[in-house]
Amino acid sequence: MSLAAARPLSPWRWLATPMLFCIVATLFFAIPLRIGGWQAPQPVFPMILVFAWAMIRPSILAPFGLLALGVFLDLFWGGPLGLWPVSLLIAYGVVLTARSMLVGQSQPMLWFWYGATVALAMGAAFLLTALEAHANPNLGVVGWQTLVTILLYPFAYRLLDRFEDADVRFR
Amino acid sequence: MSLRDGGGFGELKVPLTWAAGIALIVAIVAAIALLLTDRRETFQGEAYGASRRVGDAIAAPVSGVLATPLTWARDGVDAVGGYFFAISENRRLKDELREMRQWRDTAIALRDTNQRYRTLLGLRTEPPVPMVAARIISDSRGPFANSRLANAGKERGVAAGFPVMSENGLVGRVIGVTTGVSRVLLLTDIASRTPVMIDRTNARAILTGDGGPNPKLEYLRGEHPVREGDRVLTSGDGGVLPRGLPVGTAVKGLDGRWRVVLSSDAAPIDYVQILMFKDFAQLANRTELDTMVPPPPAPSLQPLGVTAPEAGATAPANGASSAAAPATATHPNPTTPKPVAGAMASPTPTPSTPVAPKPPPPKPPPPKPNLAAPGPSPAPAATSGAPQ
Repeated sequence: MSLAAARPLSPWRWLATPMLFCIVATLFFAIPLRIGGWQAPQPVFPMILVFAWAMIRPSILAPFGLLALGVFLDLFWGGPLGLWPVSLLIAYGVVLTARSMLVGQSQPMLWFWYGATVALAMGAAFLLTALEAHANPNLGVVGWQTLVTILLYPFAYRLLDRFEDADVRFR
Repeated sequence: MSLRDGGGFGELKVPLTWAAGIALIVAIVAAIALLLTDRRETFQGEAYGASRRVGDAIAAPVSGVLATPLTWARDGVDAVGGYFFAISENRRLKDELREMRQWRDTAIALRDTNQRYRTLLGLRTEPPVPMVAARIISDSRGPFANSRLANAGKERGVAAGFPVMSENGLVGRVIGVTTGVSRVLLLTDIASRTPVMIDRTNARAILTGDGGPNPKLEYLRGEHPVREGDRVLTSGDGGVLPRGLPVGTAVKGLDGRWRVVLSSDAAPIDYVQILMFKDFAQLANRTELDTMVPPPPAPSLQPLGVTAPEAGATAPANGASSAAAPATATHPNPTTPKPVAGAMASPTPTPSTPVAPKPPPPKPPPPKPNLAAPGPSPAPAATSGAPQ
């Protein structure tokens, strides 16, 4: 049996493709379109990967993938460089640490923990922004972005459902 | 042997977990290093690094391509709506045109008055500001960053610091420029600080973004400097922005703070005008201004302490003329010679003028006083002394 047989989890399938999806979705939701006075929300799509990648299995590439995605968010959204990489990686580290506790829980519980992960990342971003700008970001807008990001859980569950059992060593 | 049993692969799990942990730590350290070395808070042109320029240059065409179908769709919907609602739109526009004509007449009259005042006062008016039109191709509207990409860059003369306006009001200012694209920091960004004034009271404030749709008015001074519905304009203080650009309307927020409903939010911001504004400080020749000119030499070697008594000694002699100077300044109009003319023409004696009763002269002389010296001039003395 070759070593490749034990790793059916190709990085292209569970790392690169979802990354591309997140980048395209972020670009798409940044289109300046307003219908009836309302603008589309702007969720943080990489939070899907923060939760799903940490739950699927520990990986060497995943943190660097999140680092790259965070840099992309900062450059594209025009925020302070390093804000989203730090926030995403803190949340990823916490989920990775609690992975053995989270694996196997029911879907509603996983949604709850996903929400807690999003809140953690947004809280970190809030604190870092407050430190850098010497002012508190608007809590209403932070809450709104947190809410619309939590609604992305079905995408995270789709990734989990597809790749959670792909690497038998980390079941 | 099942894969679940592990066999020869189970021992890979622990090293991989450790390696993943080390990779996570390395990534976090790199992210923190990025955060600490970022210089976004300066918002200087040179601080807008190469990475951001490259990022904007890549994001602009991609966002433009993604936005194009939606722009077409919106234009199509607008065209269909315009077709079906043409009559009501026509009626509304006619009403608006009627109102605008009145405003135009008022504006012409005010412009004429303003021009006269400026000429009279010798004010140095601001030079006309050239503008560049651009289309917004990307929009970030999260709580931690509010900026937009506009498809006009340094090839069209755009530079960092230029104010950006929509057809309704101020949108923000340029913070980064590269070829073909510039990044606009919105007024709502948490790092945005804009000097503004209340149009009604002329009170100054700093418009401070917090990531929400309605930025705050901070550093307001005085009693009741702002009321609900007051118009907010740029003050031009500091020379970053021109004075008088419409910003929005003051409202009381739910948190009890004064906030501004931005005028630019009245319609979608798809096309903007970038004002190529340079204030007088930028237009001035800084080298010439910074040149230190030595003061001219003193006219005489006599110290000031010696000349002072001489001036005091001569003061009584010139007392009349010296006292006349302020009176002249106070009453520049020669047709109102009240003090002297009253003393000369008054037929009734006053306690301060103990003269014998005497019928008044039939025709008092016309008031031809020495207006340059109404107080202790010799004219009253001569008049009061004549009856004696």
